Amino acid sequence: MEEIPVSYYLVLSAILFACGVTGFLIKRNIITIFMSIELMLNGVNLSFVAFAARWHNLSGQVFVFFVMVVAAAEAAVGLAIIIAVFRTRETLNIDQVNLLKL
Amino acid sequence: MSITFFIIVSVIKIVLVIFVLLTAVAYTVWLERKVVGRMQNRWGPTRVGPFGLLQPAADGIKFLFKEDLTPPHVYKPLYIAAPMLAVIFAITSIAVIPFGNTVTILGHEIPLQITDVNIGLLVVLGITSLGVYGVALSGWSSNSKYSLLGGLRASAQMVSYEIALGLSLVGVLILAGTFSLRGIVEAQAGHFGPWIPNWFIFKGGQIVAFFIYLTAAYAETNRIPFDLPEAETELVAGYHTEYSAMKFAMFFMAEYSNMITVACLASLLFLGGWSGPVFGPDILQAILPVFWFALRIFVFLFIYIWVRGTLPRFRYDQLMAFGWKFLLPVAIANLVITALVVALK
Amino acid sequence: MLHLVLFSVFGLICVAGAVNLLVQKHPINSALSLVVVMASLAVEYLLLGAEFVAAVQVIVYAGAIMVLFVFVIMLLNAGEEEHTSGSTVAWLLGIPGLLTGAVLICWAVLRYSGGGGVTIGALPGHPKDIAQLLFHEFLLPFEVTSILVLIAIMGAVVLAARPEAVQESKRES
Repeated sequence: MEEIPVSYYLVLSAILFACGVTGFLIKRNIITIFMSIELMLNGVNLSFVAFAARWHNLSGQVFVFFVMVVAAAEAAVGLAIIIAVFRTRETLNIDQVNLLKL
Repeated sequence: MSITFFIIVSVIKIVLVIFVLLTAVAYTVWLERKVVGRMQNRWGPTRVGPFGLLQPAADGIKFLFKEDLTPPHVYKPLYIAAPMLAVIFAITSIAVIPFGNTVTILGHEIPLQITDVNIGLLVVLGITSLGVYGVALSGWSSNSKYSLLGGLRASAQMVSYEIALGLSLVGVLILAGTFSLRGIVEAQAGHFGPWIPNWFIFKGGQIVAFFIYLTAAYAETNRIPFDLPEAETELVAGYHTEYSAMKFAMFFMAEYSNMITVACLASLLFLGGWSGPVFGPDILQAILPVFWFALRIFVFLFIYIWVRGTLPRFRYDQLMAFGWKFLLPVAIANLVITALVVALK
Repeated sequence: MLHLVLFSVFGLICVAGAVNLLVQKHPINSALSLVVVMASLAVEYLLLGAEFVAAVQVIVYAGAIMVLFVFVIMLLNAGEEEHTSGSTVAWLLGIPGLLTGAVLICWAVLRYSGGGGVTIGALPGHPKDIAQLLFHEFLLPFEVTSILVLIAIMGAVVLAARPEAVQESKRES
């Protein structure tokens, strides 16, 4: 069985995380910003699984489940907030959501 | 087994399974028209061939040669991709479903299944859960209010009922102790008492789970009484209002092959898969399990059609309330009781 | 060889999807490219042997969370992204900063990770073993996350319910 260095997986995960952070900064649509956060979480998950395989310890894979649960909870609450914001502001552009009162 | 032999056998199996699946889809449509026709005191298709048996072929030719209209203002890439997504996910999920025992051909043991993975059930659930994209995207990209409403309804309904469906299967998984579909069937071999077979619908009292699964699966496949996404009386044709010719046929194929997948899963998980009396010469012994399996699928498809001919459609708020306030608590209660019984044993 | 080929093909699909998420103007295209990223990540998990994680990745992420995103995009009829002065600043500062950051991380990982390789299916994550860990060693975190999910459900219902609907149900009861 031929091996490939575990650092390849880590580099892939770093690239995904960087794409997520970039999206978080440059996107102006709330929903897309939220998706960038999910992308960052996915990048981190990959490094968890890669480390689990490298050190032969299943805890890394178990942690992925906790990250997924948190991501699911976050998606539910976050999308509810987005709906609430859209209902009062009628916009999804975060530059226009800059006032505390209507 | 050499690698070339393995590849050849796999390709043969894939081609055979897809051919059988598509034929079964075509004839399920025929069966539905025929049975619903009789239930409503009509004849159903009679003109093409004896008993209208060639009707599916005629329909197929018609779909192929009809003009493929693309309405203006649709979002083209997704409009074209959506029916393909629907049909691809519907057909792919058949890949891990076993149809019978292993058979020995030319001295090789060949399992009657495209591939046996040890997380088989999760693979089927995963692929079918992706099927919602076909429906949702077709609704959105058609740029029509009927389609959009159909797509919205479909995605909310399928995500909601997926939870009850998944939870109803956990009881079976606890009893079988494996995700492999072949393993689950093997766990149901034999019988207890004088003659009652060891099927999970009897053993372990998963009969409640069985009915939850069946109900949730009707909602997942958008069939009556849960066909709100394509309710003719309010939404014209729901998410596929703007589709014509082959693209429309793809949605049709997706719906019917999803029905067949549901029937396969129900018989594998609750009704002992292909178990049944096996006798006679070698060739009959190889074919009979497949026949018993096909018989179960036929019964499930017939019940699908029967329900369609009998029940009226739910209202949308009733549908949501039923899923969240009735099916989900019952599924959780079933899970807790099964777990307690297994733990106390 | 097979391992490297599979890793690079699906890794490239991953990166292409992630970049497409940034480039696309319409949120539904971004959402679909994120689905592609998640599906190919599931393949990477399979390569590492984490079969259960891969299945859950597809069921939970691609099949549930992203469907929610698509649902909200459809519900709110989100249109194309608008360009504002804020986005110009973000582009000018964000892109170079992030590129340096990513290159630095990659360099550090490649330079200091101390080698160590993984084969195909290096650590088979059978559901049974994962359940053993999850319900014995990680039982407390598991229960805490269940409470977290419960709170999230209630929060989502309170946030998303229309104020009029809440008033009506109060009057009825």
